[in-house]
Amino acid sequence: MRKSLRPLAATVLIFIVAYGLAIANFPMMASTRVLGNFLTDNAYLGIAAVGMTFVIISGGIDLSVGAVIGFTGVLLAALITWFGIHPLVAFVVALGLAALFGAAMGLAIHYLEVPPFIVTLAGMFLARGAAAVITQDSVPINHEFYSFIAQLYFKLPGGGRLTFLGLLMVAIFIIGAIVAHRTRFGSYVYALGGNTTSASLMGVPVARTTVSIYVLSSVLAALAGIVFSFYTGAGQPLAAVGVELDAISAVVIGGTLLTGGYGFVLGTFVGVMLLGLVQTYIIFDGTLSSWWTKIVIGALLFLFIVLQRLVFAASAPGGKSSEKA
Amino acid sequence: MTTVSGAEPFRLEARGVSIRFGNHLALDKVDFGLRAGEVHALLGENGAGKSTLIKILTGAYQPTGGDVLMDGIPMRLANPQDAQVHGIGTVYQEVNLLPNRPVAENLFLGHQPTRFGLVDRRRMDRDARDLLKRYGLEIDPGSELGSHSVAVQQIVAIARAVALSGKVLILDEPTASLDRNEVLRLFEVIAGLKARGLAIVFITHFLDQVFAIADRVTILRNGRLVETRGLDTLTRTDVVRMMLGKDIAFSGATSVETERPATDLLISFKGYGRKRAVQPFDLDIHKGEVIGVAGLLGSGRTEMARTMFGIDPADEGTAEMNGKPVAINDARTAIGLGFGYCPEDRKADGIFGDLSVRENIVIALQGKLGWFSALTRDEQLEIAGKFGEAMDIRAASLDMPIKLLSGGNQQKVILSRWLATDPAFLILDEPTRGIDVGAHAEIVRTINRLREDGLALVVISSELDEVVAYSNRIVVMRDRKLVAELRGDNISPGVIVQAIATHDAAPDAITEGTAP
Repeated sequence: MRKSLRPLAATVLIFIVAYGLAIANFPMMASTRVLGNFLTDNAYLGIAAVGMTFVIISGGIDLSVGAVIGFTGVLLAALITWFGIHPLVAFVVALGLAALFGAAMGLAIHYLEVPPFIVTLAGMFLARGAAAVITQDSVPINHEFYSFIAQLYFKLPGGGRLTFLGLLMVAIFIIGAIVAHRTRFGSYVYALGGNTTSASLMGVPVARTTVSIYVLSSVLAALAGIVFSFYTGAGQPLAAVGVELDAISAVVIGGTLLTGGYGFVLGTFVGVMLLGLVQTYIIFDGTLSSWWTKIVIGALLFLFIVLQRLVFAASAPGGKSSEKA
Repeated sequence: MTTVSGAEPFRLEARGVSIRFGNHLALDKVDFGLRAGEVHALLGENGAGKSTLIKILTGAYQPTGGDVLMDGIPMRLANPQDAQVHGIGTVYQEVNLLPNRPVAENLFLGHQPTRFGLVDRRRMDRDARDLLKRYGLEIDPGSELGSHSVAVQQIVAIARAVALSGKVLILDEPTASLDRNEVLRLFEVIAGLKARGLAIVFITHFLDQVFAIADRVTILRNGRLVETRGLDTLTRTDVVRMMLGKDIAFSGATSVETERPATDLLISFKGYGRKRAVQPFDLDIHKGEVIGVAGLLGSGRTEMARTMFGIDPADEGTAEMNGKPVAINDARTAIGLGFGYCPEDRKADGIFGDLSVRENIVIALQGKLGWFSALTRDEQLEIAGKFGEAMDIRAASLDMPIKLLSGGNQQKVILSRWLATDPAFLILDEPTRGIDVGAHAEIVRTINRLREDGLALVVISSELDEVVAYSNRIVVMRDRKLVAELRGDNISPGVIVQAIATHDAAPDAITEGTAP
């Protein structure tokens, strides 16, 4: 097996074992109802995590994701509820703004050579602040289109619901996987994460690729914001605080190397599902405080970082003798 | 455009190219002509302008004067991609590919075959397999590049460069990190490409390799063309002499100090070596003695110094100091024993650019004392002031950042740093590189003074006249091996050149060969 596949295999294995244990304790967890909710409840996180996967494979990080989700929700609520604009038009506005926002971050990262951590941290404050400037309150969204989409689902045998939102996330994951593994753009993203100097010597359009990656991440974050607004039926400036960290966790647990160059979009899907499983289990148990979710995620994350270190350290090229001591 | 009548036209030609960086003329009207179907070696010491010329030919730099022509037609190369489009491919010493990606993708990145807008992996793998077969490589195109040896990666890099460019291949020290068999394998590949009519530029520090593979050689020195000639008309000695300076006297008078009685043995290295860095050598170092180390770049001079200082500790052999065995496994131990090391790359390994002159001077002493006996600011000032005066360091203030000082003054600060630790043994790696002529003389005077004070010094230098001027003995390195030791009347730049260039047998002039 290829070395870079090992963390992914470990994630899949852990997911299967964990799910098996969960079913052994609570047989209800095997029901399609729970499975359907898995997808729906984590749809916004999954969509944002697809963008984050590209960012991290390229060797970057995007801390603005949660704030963009929050801003998008508030923007949609304002446009739809206050100004009576049709949701579809509002979506176009939100996605367009997010694209500009991502492009600005990408340009700053490439041309000003500021680390992505700093640029997207600034982006996080900007987006969160902008959301609070629009309103400080929760603004409900009441529109026929919203109730229509929110209620759109296929019935699964066993009473589960495969919602439009859940399917949208699955579709984004499939498209994301194809883009990452089957297009030139995808190979450029991996190239940047491997070695930027080599990439540019090999003719990779570094500037265009960097900007595209952050546009992609911000647009997917806005899409996650749209999904989140369907899910909650409101826009709230403090919504989705810290979601970027959940997304990063899902990406890393899914086998993507935090330092870039290696990773799988579908691994992130398993990562998101594993996070969802932990959450669902704790709800089923009922006696555990929901903060246990964080502890389990923390432990998992730590486990995977150690695992990647072990897998990749063994193969790291040995230091040259003339290297600086 | 005029072409030289009768002569075969050049595939790639640089005509009178010059380039200026600030006040420094890095290349001065250099001509370089490359024919199809030849391997053309480009030689020169550090700073000769080799890499500058290569960067012009590959579009990384734009010349301030002169033309670059392909098949007689002038071209403008704005960037490396331009050069690639014009048919010029480059392979660097450090493989500039992506170790995290499959071999096939490394071959075709940016040019992957696509079907319906998606990369056609099957076709890409098939093409990669076909392409690599021509280079005698049968590896899985889907395997990660990083899982293969450097030699294989190097061949993949060549395959990519040739596939994308196809006319000119520039190999910039491709053999520097390869072992002997890998070099032979690479040479087979180069010979094959030559037969296919490619024009190949080969840059290396290994003379043996030049004579093994190249047809012609161009030698640069100090940004000027020394000569372009067929290798069949040249000997090794000719080449070394042209690289180091034409006017080297072969029987020149020596100015080496009369030999001291070798009684005060300070340090003795026996069979000391490190795999892939420097082959085992024997070296006795006495108090009040300067040992010069000569050799071309890449001959293992710096590696020898780093091994002695424990930065890259030896993995075989023994060291004795004052008759007692010592294990020098890191630089801290070496400093504790009274060693000091001024590295070759002053900017990267020597100075702390943003720290003040004072801090740069006391840092090694502080390191030796440990963190619990911190030097007060007054003590620091006193020490720095003392050495500032003794070494004649010219700085507006001892509190100004060292990066603002000239190279010569920086070198004196680093010397002061070690002298402050009261050392017994100093290793100086190219102490006069990048320093103006006046400061040169001062550094040489300082070396002589330290010797008189009873210090033992090992000085690595490419400036043969200087090495001769201050050394009691000179050891010569070649191919990571200590190949000769010269002493007394036998020392002259000419003899050193001969020792560097000699292939196998030691010439008569060398009184004491220590080659294993």
